[in-house]
Amino acid sequence: MAVIAPPVPVRRTRRLPSWAPWAVLVGSLVLAALIQFLGEGPTISGVFFIGAIIFTIAITVTSRTVEGERLSKDRLATTLVTLAFLLALIPLVSLVWTVLSDGITRFGPSFLSTDMVGVFGNMVEGGAFHAIIGTLYVTGIASIISIPLGIFCAIYLVEYGKGRLAKAITVLVDVMTGIPSIVAGLFAFTLFLILFGPAYKAAIIGGIALAVLMTPVVVRSVEEMLRLVPNELREAAYALGVPKWLTIVKVVLRTAIAGITTGVMIAIARVIGETAPLLITVGIAQNVNWDAFDGRIATLPVYVYRQYAQGGPSADRAWAGALTLIIIVMLLNLVARLVSRYFSPEGAR
Amino acid sequence: MSKRIDVSDLNAYYGDFLAVEGVDMVIEPRTVTALIGPSGCGKSTFLRTLNRMHEVIPGAYVTGKAVMDGQDLYGPGIDPVEVRRQVGMVFQRPNPFPTMSIEDNVLAGVKLNNRRMKKADADELVEGALTAANLWNEVKDRLDRPGSSLSGGQQQRLCIARAIAVQPQVLLMDEPCSALDPISTLAIEDLISELKNDYTIVIVTHNMQQAARVSDRTGFFNIAGTGRPGHLIEMDDTTTMFSTPTVKATEDYISGRFG
Repeated sequence: MAVIAPPVPVRRTRRLPSWAPWAVLVGSLVLAALIQFLGEGPTISGVFFIGAIIFTIAITVTSRTVEGERLSKDRLATTLVTLAFLLALIPLVSLVWTVLSDGITRFGPSFLSTDMVGVFGNMVEGGAFHAIIGTLYVTGIASIISIPLGIFCAIYLVEYGKGRLAKAITVLVDVMTGIPSIVAGLFAFTLFLILFGPAYKAAIIGGIALAVLMTPVVVRSVEEMLRLVPNELREAAYALGVPKWLTIVKVVLRTAIAGITTGVMIAIARVIGETAPLLITVGIAQNVNWDAFDGRIATLPVYVYRQYAQGGPSADRAWAGALTLIIIVMLLNLVARLVSRYFSPEGAR
Repeated sequence: MSKRIDVSDLNAYYGDFLAVEGVDMVIEPRTVTALIGPSGCGKSTFLRTLNRMHEVIPGAYVTGKAVMDGQDLYGPGIDPVEVRRQVGMVFQRPNPFPTMSIEDNVLAGVKLNNRRMKKADADELVEGALTAANLWNEVKDRLDRPGSSLSGGQQQRLCIARAIAVQPQVLLMDEPCSALDPISTLAIEDLISELKNDYTIVIVTHNMQQAARVSDRTGFFNIAGTGRPGHLIEMDDTTTMFSTPTVKATEDYISGRFG
């Protein structure tokens, strides 16, 4: 007969009071500051760095003595995860803070509505209107090319593609996701050099360069979204006598539209800040160029790069330009969220 | 609106793998035909060959004949889409379209096919199909709510309403109650008994009592072993099958000695 262990009552474990971790945290920070006084005096980053180490050790040891081994492991894991989160947040917050604080000096309605015609030397006037228009042009052209191309390519891969061709496309898309942006710029540059000669400069060249970068990102994200659509829905539509193409348009794309919108927005955000390919394809201009097919055009990333390189009052314009770029991306994100909220099935919200 | 299907020497493949071999079967109009058998014996695969849903799976194909109305469903020049408009299907798991309201789900066969329909006709069709599916009284006040807001049993009846709204000749049901509780199951079984006045129904089920309750004819599928093709062992009137089957394996399966 098998030996059955006698029943054990569920043990009550002693828990640390809820204020204890905070007390340990404050103690650790104070201790860290005191340690630094022994050296050259405390710095903020130093206190937090050493304090974090002390806190991790202290909370684990305290928990182990009071709460036992299992809960102390839980505390340790929670602490490490939280620290990783905070660590990841530092560059983000610092970036937003720097751009905001440096960009706000020049940012304003006049910055958004004037171009750089007649601005030179140490003048503080001038703005990025021409660069905003240019960025919208170039990114718009890239989107017009990439979004349909990418979506159709993803539909092929998910719904039709099988065998060698589909595998080859998948590999190529993966490779294209990784190509350096300067290569895309050189590609577009040489393409138009061969077609129209060396004198031709236009927004469309930059648009093509960005489209080369954007298409694989669109393909990848849309493909993921289409694969998430349950096969049952496709079968339900087929069983109703709906042809395949209508099933794709009205069921698959319709169900995945929220995810597709998000994916497309990520792709746009990915290329809107590209500098290198635009430097060699569209260059920079001082005034607004309304013609996408003729002449140099300014774009925000190149504008920022040029202004920052000049230094002095121009550097302020560079920060303001960077702030403008971030705001544009944020607005696009907001629109994407609204669109995906509007389209997502009720109940899944 | 019901038709007879004559299946002869039908084989279903998944790539190189022969899943169902040599099925000969007559499906009578205005009756309920139940297909029973252990898991993996090819009942569902066979069912899906009847409206050409089998070939939707990559690499899957069918040889043999399935004649409905003097027309071989697998004959040359037959459009699978047309077949599916005649032979509707209800799946194991309720699968209403999540982006559509209850009303739009019923009208899915019309709307997804880009056909125009007058509002009055559409309303009539919705009410008719939902009434036929015994769901009208439960949902008539919330037709604009999403289909996914219903309970599992209601969703399955919604799927049945959606299938009969395209007015098929034959209705295939692939274990329509296996995800449902006993009360919803009863509702669906009652519904099947009513629907058989108008439709030819083929139902796959794992539940022997259900087969005995709802069906007029029963077919027993079995498989010799894993990796071997499934066969139709025997087929007869349900009462005969459940009282005096001719094959030993059928008796063993029905009495619960294996499977």
